[in-house]
Amino acid sequence: MEKQNYILIKTLCIHYKVEVSFIKELDNVGLIEIEQLEDDEFIHETRIGDLEKMIRLHHELNVNIEGIDVVFNLLQKELQLKEEVLELRNRLRFYEE
Amino acid sequence: MEFVDYYKVLGVNKGANEKEIKKAYRKLARKYHPDLNPDNKDAEKKFKEINEANEVLSHPENRKKYDKYGKDWMHGEEYEKARQQQSSQRQYQGQQGGAQQGFSEGDFSDFFESMFGGARGSSRQSSAQFKGQDFNADLELNLKDVYESHKQVLTVNGSKIRLTIPAGIENGQVIRIKGKGAKGASGGPNGDLLIRFSILNNTSFKRDKENLYATVSLDLYTALLGGEITVDTFDGKVKLKIAPETANDTKVKLKGKGFPIYKKEGKFGDLIVTYQIEIPTKLSDKEKDLFKELQKLR
Repeated sequence: MEKQNYILIKTLCIHYKVEVSFIKELDNVGLIEIEQLEDDEFIHETRIGDLEKMIRLHHELNVNIEGIDVVFNLLQKELQLKEEVLELRNRLRFYEE
Repeated sequence: MEFVDYYKVLGVNKGANEKEIKKAYRKLARKYHPDLNPDNKDAEKKFKEINEANEVLSHPENRKKYDKYGKDWMHGEEYEKARQQQSSQRQYQGQQGGAQQGFSEGDFSDFFESMFGGARGSSRQSSAQFKGQDFNADLELNLKDVYESHKQVLTVNGSKIRLTIPAGIENGQVIRIKGKGAKGASGGPNGDLLIRFSILNNTSFKRDKENLYATVSLDLYTALLGGEITVDTFDGKVKLKIAPETANDTKVKLKGKGFPIYKKEGKFGDLIVTYQIEIPTKLSDKEKDLFKELQKLR
């Protein structure tokens, strides 16, 4: 694990003003993945965007952890459907040209 | 600047209490929150409107001021007084902390800026740092433009961005440029720029991902007796041998003569050529006689 691409959970909690327990709860339901290195816990930088979204949903809309899980599953499905629609549109264009 | 009826925006009546305003705001925020409506500009606009309405109506002081001068604030002598008090108002709001949403203060309406000085003051805010809002842009290119990787300079919100457009990009594909979106809130990182490509095909080729398709006319005699023809590909001409007795709609695959494969440098799809045999017209008497002779041989 290359430490430079990981962000310390404690630092994140200060930065976003959230409890460590909230981040751990997100890890428990599989919404993020906490990595352990020596005595510290980290999250990969590529997951920060999603984590921010989760914090916003929790703080601004009062969505609980289970709700965030449902939202993320549905957003994932929406994304897949959008990609499928785009592929079908391009295929349709092939026959219409 | 247009008067904004914040009560109407939240769908509450003027006598609504704090609880009703909060309830209406939360309901609408859940519906239009940008995180729940990715790439939906209408929802984003609506979310900004309901936030602005909430910023005013959820604060007793702001609400009082809005109720008093709202519609006719431009003519009210008192408004001037209120305007002078804005500096102390700003100070109060400053203590409450910075922006939390993924959009900047500049997203408030002119009406809001005039009334309340553009500063935010929600009690639910904290000074947590958040990434800035992502910007979306559309870029229209011709199919020929994306046959090779090339550099392009785009101007987005006044700043120039040098961009390398990889060969083989698809119609509707989106690429993300990190840090070129809106500035982060309270010192958070900048948002990203998302560019959606619209690829116009004004060539004779049809494209399906990395494969290209072309229809080539073949004269009857070459189709029957065989021969050689020259065919256009996307990057030049190639000679093709035609086998004797080639049937109409025969397909020939030219390996590696298709479109570049996205992000796989030097790799190309195939060009699929379909032969369309042309039947000769306006036959002379001699030609007709010869075809009749051929017919008899069958």
